[in-house]
Amino acid sequence: MPATITPNKTEPERKRRLEDHDNGSGRRPPTDKRTGGGGDGDNWNERSRGHRGPYERLHRYRMGIFFALASDLMFFVAIVSTFFVNQSTGHFDAYNHYVNEWLPTAIPPILWLNTAILLLSSVTMEIARRNMFRETDVMDEWLGLGKPITRRALPWLSATIVLGMLFLAGQWVAWRQLAIQQIFFRTNQSSHFFYLITGTHALHLFLGIGALLAAFTGLYVSRQLETRQILVDGAAWYWHAMGILWLFLFGLLAFFQ
Amino acid sequence: MSPADATRQQSFFRSRLFTTDHRVIGVQYLVLALVAVAIGTVLSLLMRIHLVWPDWPLPLHGPILPEDYLALVTIHGTIMLFFVLTTAPQAGFGNLILPAQIGSRGMAFPFLNAASFWMTAVALLTLLSSTFVPGGAAISGWTAYPPLSAIASAGPGQAMGMDLWLASIALFAVASTASSINILTTIIRNRCHGMTWERLPLTVWGWFTAALLSVIAFSVLLAAILLLFCDRHAGTSFFLPTGDLVNGVLHRGGDGSPLLWLHLFWFFGHPEVYIAILPGMGLTSMVLANFSHRRVFAYRTMIATTLLIGFLGILLWGHHMFVAGLNPFASSAFSVSTMAIALPAAAKVLSWLATTWRSSPTYTTAMLFALGFVSLFITGGLTGPILAQPILDEYLHNTFFVVAHFHLIMAMAGIFGLYAATYYWFPLLTATRSHPGRLLSEPLGRWHFWLTLVGAYATFLPMHFTGLAGEPRHYAQLTGVPGAGGALSPAGALLSHTLPLNLHITYAAIFLACAQIVFLFNLIRSLRRGVVAPPNPWQATTLEWHPAFNPFLAATASHIQVIAVHRAPCHYQSSPSGETFLPQWEPDIVVQAALESAINPKPE
Repeated sequence: MPATITPNKTEPERKRRLEDHDNGSGRRPPTDKRTGGGGDGDNWNERSRGHRGPYERLHRYRMGIFFALASDLMFFVAIVSTFFVNQSTGHFDAYNHYVNEWLPTAIPPILWLNTAILLLSSVTMEIARRNMFRETDVMDEWLGLGKPITRRALPWLSATIVLGMLFLAGQWVAWRQLAIQQIFFRTNQSSHFFYLITGTHALHLFLGIGALLAAFTGLYVSRQLETRQILVDGAAWYWHAMGILWLFLFGLLAFFQ
Repeated sequence: MSPADATRQQSFFRSRLFTTDHRVIGVQYLVLALVAVAIGTVLSLLMRIHLVWPDWPLPLHGPILPEDYLALVTIHGTIMLFFVLTTAPQAGFGNLILPAQIGSRGMAFPFLNAASFWMTAVALLTLLSSTFVPGGAAISGWTAYPPLSAIASAGPGQAMGMDLWLASIALFAVASTASSINILTTIIRNRCHGMTWERLPLTVWGWFTAALLSVIAFSVLLAAILLLFCDRHAGTSFFLPTGDLVNGVLHRGGDGSPLLWLHLFWFFGHPEVYIAILPGMGLTSMVLANFSHRRVFAYRTMIATTLLIGFLGILLWGHHMFVAGLNPFASSAFSVSTMAIALPAAAKVLSWLATTWRSSPTYTTAMLFALGFVSLFITGGLTGPILAQPILDEYLHNTFFVVAHFHLIMAMAGIFGLYAATYYWFPLLTATRSHPGRLLSEPLGRWHFWLTLVGAYATFLPMHFTGLAGEPRHYAQLTGVPGAGGALSPAGALLSHTLPLNLHITYAAIFLACAQIVFLFNLIRSLRRGVVAPPNPWQATTLEWHPAFNPFLAATASHIQVIAVHRAPCHYQSSPSGETFLPQWEPDIVVQAALESAINPKPE
């Protein structure tokens, strides 16, 4: 008869952690001064490798966004490789000549302005994100001394939303300008790609603005500092990724047609 | 309705239907896969019956027309591949077992998890609803090759049916990606203390690699579907060549490339095959070791081969395109990478054999199905290197030889993996807060196994021969081939030789499907009246059998607060007093004794 080796169970003893400022008198201040966590009610010190601490939560969400962006990158890789394949594909005409009918789409100059706006919005977003993690502000919020984080981050977040909408409006203007020149989605092979690439990217930015608005609302609604940090942090990484992606897509449309 | 009823109903919706509990979501996925597999099996039987008795009218439908046959092929393939072989091992058992196996109490993103399930369910409904729209379901196979899939007038199912097919698969791709992001994040960030990468059970490695492949591959499929959708409705020509004439409609416009769809589709489609089979491979390793009371032979190599199969799996999509007009040099490259994957696959087979070699294992049903997996994997795998030769593939590609190959190595091996998982984890699947888990009946299980094994080989082995004899795939009818001489035309004469064997295949397929009734009966009976399972019925060493992860035992085991892992899985030892096993969660007895002697406060 097989047997399980059962070792003795030792009673886990609750210890005071002097290094965590646990004076035994009740509520403890946060030990993680950047994320405002690790204090009382956050069982992070009791667990050898906890998964409910603020650090873990933030990084879990970051990792989820990272994988989602990796998957999204593959989406654009597929579209860009289609671009290169179709660009180099031709056909034989009735006289057995090989014809490649690729007509490059000249990009509307306003795209340069849009690119600058998007880069600027990434800068404002990064400032907003960093403001969420200032140690002194996190401590102030935890102690209940006003809402310095929201006060600092909100203007930059709002600026990002405005710039993002400005970018989308700029893209709309670019599409209108092409349409006036009678260049539509279905006009030719190259215009397919211009509209497809800018369109799918605009859709992504549309979702990004949704995330920014969620973060904006979260700064008012959410009572938990960590949730607010996660919302802004997640929206920021998504926004940066879309900015970098646009640089590549813009480079493709501007110089590789 | 009284308020109490309303509360109960609401709690039912919360706890059973729209829940974020990963175990319930896992069961939901499995139920969805069970419904899908039942539908897919019925469709395959209809195909088999039509091939040998083409005049048999389907009740409530009438005679099966060629386009109906093609719709059967399409929906059978789509349902089985997406909604059974991708859903059940990866999302079903992944949700049910994975968190417990890494010592986590839940998935990383519970809400996303529930959303993925409901998207998958809507995708299945969308696919099934395409049968009832004008023109019927799509008829271009699960691969949906353009230009025919891009033109609505190409066939009866290519209008609304094709649109619904594309919508369904797009939705499924989004759901699978979300689910895989969840699995990856859970494995990376939610492991318990002591669960190092090398101590992860091989099942977790299977899920991990399959999730990585999903994240890479499904969004490429999504992009391809978007492009095809634009071709169908926005007047673009990504996949449509200029001067393409389909059913009297001439395409003018840009130089699209139908081959491009094949590249994009198979860049997804081949990893998809590994997404379906990798969790089964991991489970087979663990089940074989468990019932052989052995360690897994070459554990680290098995981890490496799992990752290597995943990596090579994204480099060999071109071997599906040898006869599609691929550059011969590209064919050679893809041929080499395809042959390369035989190395890690062979390493896996050797490890499975070495693990069980002369071990006098306990032949439970789960063990039998794992051994069946190995058998089918070898049989189906041996035809892989044959088909990887571009020259041989040119003859075999559009014959039943290929059908036999992928049904043995992917469909049957995948299903055997799922059965092994079901018999093995049934106690965890059925355990609730108020009732302990139950076991599936072992005698019935053994009947089920032997009938299924015989049925699987009897159905799919002869397909190799009909394929070699020249029987083509996707042909609705083998008799009455038009042309000079009718059935005695050269093609008709060729096919008439395969008819006796085809008749045998059809009988075997019906037998195989009927054998599954034993399983369904066992399932339904054991849910209510199965033997109550002990806490660790198989003497397993992995963490999903920890009392804290069994909902029934968790209530009484609430004193266990910290779950930690102390060793690699499959720690079995033979000693004079019998066999002992040490689960991953038990602390080392030596270390414990040393600690106790060190901190003993009493003087001698």
